[in-house]
Order: sequence, then structure tokens, then C-alpha cells
Amino acid sequence: MKQSLFTLEHTRQLTDDTYELVLSGDTSAITAPGQFVNIQLPGRFLRRPISICNWTDQALMLLVKVVGDGTRELVRCVPGTELDVLSGLGNGFDPARAGAHPVLAGGGIGIAPLYGLAQRMRDAGQAPTVALGFRSAKDAFYLEEFASLGCRLLIATEDGSLGTRGFVTDCIRNVPECDYVLCCGPLPMLKAVHSLPQLTDGQFSFEARMGCGFGACMGCSIPTRDGYKRVCKDGPILYKEEIVWRTCL
Amino acid sequence: MANLSVNLAGVELKNPIIPASGTFGYGREYAELYDLNILGSFSWKGTTGAARLGNPQPRIAETAGGMLNAVGLQNPGIDAVIAREVPHIAEIFQGPVIANVGGFSLDEYAENCAKLNDVDQVAILEVNISCPNVHAGGKNFGCDPHAAAEVTRAVKAVTNKPVFMKLTPNVTDIAEIARACEDAGADGLCLINTLLGMRIDLNTKRPVIANRTGGLSGPAVFPVALRMVWDVYEAVKIPIIGCGGVSSAEDAAEMMLAGAAAVEVGAANLVDPMACKTIIEHLPAVCQRLGVDHISELTGGAHHG
Repeated sequence: MKQSLFTLEHTRQLTDDTYELVLSGDTSAITAPGQFVNIQLPGRFLRRPISICNWTDQALMLLVKVVGDGTRELVRCVPGTELDVLSGLGNGFDPARAGAHPVLAGGGIGIAPLYGLAQRMRDAGQAPTVALGFRSAKDAFYLEEFASLGCRLLIATEDGSLGTRGFVTDCIRNVPECDYVLCCGPLPMLKAVHSLPQLTDGQFSFEARMGCGFGACMGCSIPTRDGYKRVCKDGPILYKEEIVWRTCL
Repeated sequence: MANLSVNLAGVELKNPIIPASGTFGYGREYAELYDLNILGSFSWKGTTGAARLGNPQPRIAETAGGMLNAVGLQNPGIDAVIAREVPHIAEIFQGPVIANVGGFSLDEYAENCAKLNDVDQVAILEVNISCPNVHAGGKNFGCDPHAAAEVTRAVKAVTNKPVFMKLTPNVTDIAEIARACEDAGADGLCLINTLLGMRIDLNTKRPVIANRTGGLSGPAVFPVALRMVWDVYEAVKIPIIGCGGVSSAEDAAEMMLAGAAAVEVGAANLVDPMACKTIIEHLPAVCQRLGVDHISELTGGAHHG
């Protein structure tokens, strides 16, 4: 974890409520895709935890969905705005455990960390299948970006306006050779993916309302097979076998 | 440069700044960021006899100038803390530690505190009486002067360490509770714990926090905490640790002028993990501005003259 100032370089609107932000700053604390940053906003007491979409040595890319006043202020920041950021939080995905036929499964804004993950897996010679789910075609984003990584790309929309009608699980059932998932999305989606019989193992990224974001306050603890874990510090990635659904939902 | 040392019931702290219980765990996360030995002390996470899983999610809500939490005293239990956390604390912090201890019966308070008798690094017991008494229909110990006094006596009977009772602000007259603790033999007081509050989610029309209510902390509670420290300082002679919404060296100085001998910093750590370090670095300048050579001269200063 590192606390430092980042400068907003640019913001690009992707859909009605989703934006891409690029910030420049010291990213040396970021060690794995799936980690997150916790951003201080003027006038807001708690920081806003945002998943890292991708990063370089000097820059950080975030995909932000406006879900409340804080995220609305964040996407309205003008280029040049300095933001106090805690970076390199959480454990992140471990692509080395993903086997020969991994599928990256994302739902809505949950696709964000899968982009940096997919790029690093491609760079390491892995060939992940990417399955992305959205409500409808107008809510879809980052399709070209994922396609340009050279990944096999499967799309599902709930209304069938793009790709398969249904959920990301319907796409994954069509690629039965994929037996390992790296997954990020809303809780019902995580649960549905987790229950797919074709999966031998997988990594699931959780979200939670957080106090600190670095493991001190116990605000985001959830029950697991191995006792309570802090989503912010012991997660956000939990492994398939340790997840306990009945008390999460 | 001003002398920053303070004395709490015979325990010398190199400065008055203490991370508050529940915002600092057992020090591990912050020790990754800075050398904890700059701190006057730290108050570890409220520890009970048995391990506690705490409350369901969500446990956190934001509000103007602060936050609500309903963590529910999640902790690994006193035996696990002594076995696993105490040896680690000795590696990351060599100063006096404040052990925050909870309990749900008089026996549990006494038992938990007695187990710390042989833990040399624990210099002060901070007894959290904002817990429900399972033998009195769940009535909060800290809301009744007789119950608060009973806990004080039960703990004092089993320890030679200074006992500081941590008071809840969710009472009609906190000074009455403070006096009851002092009369029962408390060596000091710590106030305030969080103020009970709630938020409702307009999308679901349900409370944001699964527990429905949570404890309010952060800058929003600072004036309330300051007023209560003021009232209690007028009512008792024993030292007070002031706690509640302190976010700056200036806030700490206000707390001391109201009557605090030392100051705990809570929610500020969660949003700025370097908060205590920054406050400590600014204390000399604040002392200079206020014209004191020794920071302890500030304690109660607003009551005189």
C-alpha cells in the first residue's frame, strides 16, 4: 500500500453511467491485476474504493460507474485535478493458477479488472477466453479493447440486444473446455458462475462497503470456509473452495 | 521545542497521541506504513473472552463529516490475542500498550483483565463498558452508574495495572457515570465511544447498516466529545483520555484544553492512515503557538482564568 497524489489526465465517457479515467502517479505499490485503489474526494469523509482496470509504471486506468454522489463527483473532476490515492490494496488475481483453459467472466462494471488481467495473461502466453455480460447493448463497453488483446470474446446481454440473450453463465456453458474462472461482477452473478459444474476451481472478486480499505477497521469482513476474511485486505479475490454463499447473500 | 510527554495514572507516554481502539487493529496494517514507536501508545482492538465474528454486512455507512460502523466487536478472543498478537506487537511497538477489553458479564470483564496481568507490555487497561450485560436483559453496562461502578470494581479487584473506563456518550449525564467509576476506584477515564445513529437507503427504503444502527464517529462528533470531556473534567479528579472526531493537532490541543490528559485519534486513521504521524509532527508548532513549554500544561487550561 502506498499513499500518494495522482493527477487526473483524462476522462472518457463510455456509456450513460460509465467512464474511463486515466491518472498519472506512482503505481509502484500495485503488484497484481484485481487490486484496487481507495480515492479521497473533497467533502467526502470515506474514500471510494475503485478496482484497477490497468496500469503502467506512471499511470493508472480506472473504469468508474456512477452509483452515487461520490462516484459522480469523481467522474466530473477536470483534468489536472490532484487526488489523494491509497494504491496497491488487496490481494489481486493470481493468473499462474488458471490452468490451460481459463475463462475471465465479468458482469457490468465488474469487467474492469479483467482487462488488465487479460493483457497480462496474454503477455505471459496464456490464452484466456473472455465472457462479458451487460444489461443491454447500450450498457456494453470495452468490447474493442478486449478484442484487440486477441482474446476469444463472448458477450451476453439480458435483453439479447447484443450477443447471447441471457447471462454470462450462458456464454460459459457454451465453452465447456473452460474449467477455471477468474470472475468479477455483482454478487448474484458471482454466485451463478460459482455454481457452474464445468468449473474445477476459480477466483472471485468481491465488493463491499469499506471503512478504511487496508484491513484496519473490520468493516468489510465476510464469512468464509476458513473464518471471517476482510474483503479489502484478505480479498477482494477469494478462491472457489473458500466461499460460503448462504451467509453472504 | 516543547516537551510532548504526558503522564496517565503513572504511565509515561512520549506524547499524548494514541490511535483509538477499533481503528488500529493490533497495529499490523499501520506498521507497514510507519514506525509505530513515534506514538504515545496505541489502544488495541476491543477484545472479548471468546472470539466474535461480528455483525452481518453491510457494517459501514457514510454521513456528512463522519461514518457509522456496526462491526460488532469482531475479534479473535483474549487468548488468541495474547498468543498471536502480543508477540507481534512487541516487534512493531516497544512503548506502553493500552489493552481495550470488552465483556458481557462482570466475570468476563474480570477474567479478561486478569489474563493480561502477565503481559508486561500492556501498561493500561481500557475497559469498554458499551457492551450489553447478558445477565441484565442486555442493558448496556455503561448506561447505568451502578453497573459501570460494578465493572470498575470487578476489574480493579484482579489487576494492578491502571484501569481506564471507556464511557459511552449515549447517556443522559455522562458526568454521573464518570463519578460512579471514579468512586469505584477507576484510575482514569476514556471518552467518548461512538454515538448511536443510523442511515436509511432511499433505494431500498431500509437501513443502510444490516444491524440497523451503528456508532457515529469522525469530525461530526468532535464538538460533542469536547463538551463531554469538559463536563467530566469538572466532575472528576482522575485523568481523562479525550476521544471523538480528533483529526488534527489543533483538535488534540482543544481536547486537552477541555480537560484531556491524552488524546485518542479514531476514524481519522481510516481515511488517512498517516493521521497520527501527521498530528504528532504538528504538535510542537501548536504548543509554540499556544505558548506552552510542556504540552501537559494544556490539560484543563480552558477551565481556568
